[in-house]
Amino acid sequence: MNAIFLMLMGLGAMAVGYFVYSKFICEKIFKVDPNFVTPAHAMQDGVDYVPTNKYVLWGHHFTSVAGAAPIIGPAIAVIWGWVPAFLWVTLGTIFFAGVHDAGAIWASNRNKAKSIGAVTGDVIGSRARSIFMVVIFLVLLMVNAVFAVVIAKQLINFPSATIPVWGAIAVALVVGQLIYRKLINLLVVSIVGVIALYAMIYVGPMMPISLPEMVGPLTDNETWIILLFVYAAIASLLPVWMLLQPRDYINGIQLFIGLGLLYGAVIISGPDIVAPAFNTNVPEGTPSIVPLLFVTIACGAISGFHGLVASGTTSKQLDKEPDLRFVGYFGAIGEGSLALAAIIASTAGFATLADWQNIYHSFGQGGVGAFIRGGANILESGLGLDETMAQTLLTVMVVLFAGTTMDTGLRLQRYIFQEWGAIYNINWMNKGSIATFLAVGSCLLLAFGAGGDGAGGLLIWPLFGTTNQLLGGLTLLVITVMLVKLGRPMIYTLAPLVFLLVMTISGLVIQLKGFYVKADWFLFTLDLIVLIAAIIITLECVATLSKTIKERNAATTEGE
Amino acid sequence: MKLEKIRRLLRDVSLIAEEAYNAPFRAAVARARREQDDLFMLLIFSEMMGVPNPASYYTLELQPIMLEKFHDWHLRMGLPHSPLDQFKCC
Repeated sequence: MNAIFLMLMGLGAMAVGYFVYSKFICEKIFKVDPNFVTPAHAMQDGVDYVPTNKYVLWGHHFTSVAGAAPIIGPAIAVIWGWVPAFLWVTLGTIFFAGVHDAGAIWASNRNKAKSIGAVTGDVIGSRARSIFMVVIFLVLLMVNAVFAVVIAKQLINFPSATIPVWGAIAVALVVGQLIYRKLINLLVVSIVGVIALYAMIYVGPMMPISLPEMVGPLTDNETWIILLFVYAAIASLLPVWMLLQPRDYINGIQLFIGLGLLYGAVIISGPDIVAPAFNTNVPEGTPSIVPLLFVTIACGAISGFHGLVASGTTSKQLDKEPDLRFVGYFGAIGEGSLALAAIIASTAGFATLADWQNIYHSFGQGGVGAFIRGGANILESGLGLDETMAQTLLTVMVVLFAGTTMDTGLRLQRYIFQEWGAIYNINWMNKGSIATFLAVGSCLLLAFGAGGDGAGGLLIWPLFGTTNQLLGGLTLLVITVMLVKLGRPMIYTLAPLVFLLVMTISGLVIQLKGFYVKADWFLFTLDLIVLIAAIIITLECVATLSKTIKERNAATTEGE
Repeated sequence: MKLEKIRRLLRDVSLIAEEAYNAPFRAAVARARREQDDLFMLLIFSEMMGVPNPASYYTLELQPIMLEKFHDWHLRMGLPHSPLDQFKCC
């Protein structure tokens, strides 16, 4: 099948989702009200609560939620064939992610723009809130560990990207200073910054840099991982305007350029998909497609992480309530289109089926590497870019995303440690540097504990997916309870919630068995913790929903 | 006429870029600035709270200007009422 057809089908379905389904959900279920005074207006303070233009807010929301995850997940999951991955990404975006993201903004917006964790405490109870904190911490921990492993691997596979990846930090530092000191107009700075970045992508292939195989007692992979965490620790302690803000901005521009180039190249070259529709010949050791597909692709189909962004910052800047349809639902569609691009690149970017099978020779292989190689082939045949340069360009796109996520993730983890320090009166944990040290330490422990030299870090990818889905499940529960209390239909959020919980728990059980057989006690314990959290959340769901429904029924009978 | 149009377009794009750059980090930057301001406030009123300040001759002049923000400041510092006998803002 031709990739153009797949692209049109996917984007077309998502467009229908936006114009029809999201309209229905927002108008009939959430009943968004243009006259509702949003917290951005009610509590306007120029700091957190600022009414923001919906296009700007969408851009902010989209670039905050889109990262490396919607690329990694689909690129791993096409091992089962492109049809399952395609269906889950498209239908997941329409019926799960869009409703979840828009719903999270709605729930927060109707609760004084509190974060979804705080709303959980109010709507469900303090126990659910504590679980929420633990799940958030686990998600951050895993995302940081996995991303460090992924970046390290790409830097080894594509040494031409070393210069632009690290050079991007220098560009961001310069841009940050120029803007902070108001030396040049922002538009000029952005153009110069982007040109500088692409110039380095041009130079990178001429001067590939790789570490020696052994640096002292460490392999090159281990050294990169440690260097990345050293960078992330320093970056997370710097003021945001210095590095994070300009980096995020350049990443955002880069994301749109990258997506545009990829989709443009697909249209021009019209590659055929070489991967099988359903892979009946999966490599040995590949887990069963159900439920693992649904946890391998988390971001791009539904991701609990979006709820944190949606309720943490986006809802505080919502100008009018109806805007949440565009910001939340269309934000999810942006992410879905990134996942779709990843599917196309890693299935249509190879000349023959044998080439494809060569890359996907075992589960967890392929992944980002396949996306970069396949995507580069498409860019080469579509736009005539040199192969190495195209690979460098895509590597930089993935790595910059993952790097910024690590920076933000460590920052958030530090806050959690500091908060725990404050709650339990542990003074030394309150200090920024010590909390950062703890955060980095726990991530390194996970990256190296998961497998030998840190290369096994990808083993935790499905575990990350399950934890992320759990978070999404909790948010959906909050939305469902709110809908029940308002006497509105709950099926549109309850059905995804039940599906998620079933897939998550069965996925965890299957992985638990796998870790047990392999006697990997470290991951076994981690899996067990997540499983316990999942079971508690399920029980919490049943208890809260049945209580709320009973209360509502009692109220209606009394009313009669 | 055309030049005017281009200029307007550039200005609009510039505004959007400005917003896109600042909106996501407005809160964090404002908070960081407030932390610096809080320290400055402490320096200005330090003499009154018994902390010797060699520059008090100059900071005294600034006190009336900072007075407006004084109430918010002592609330943020966890003091429900003004800590200074001379300044009773609440």
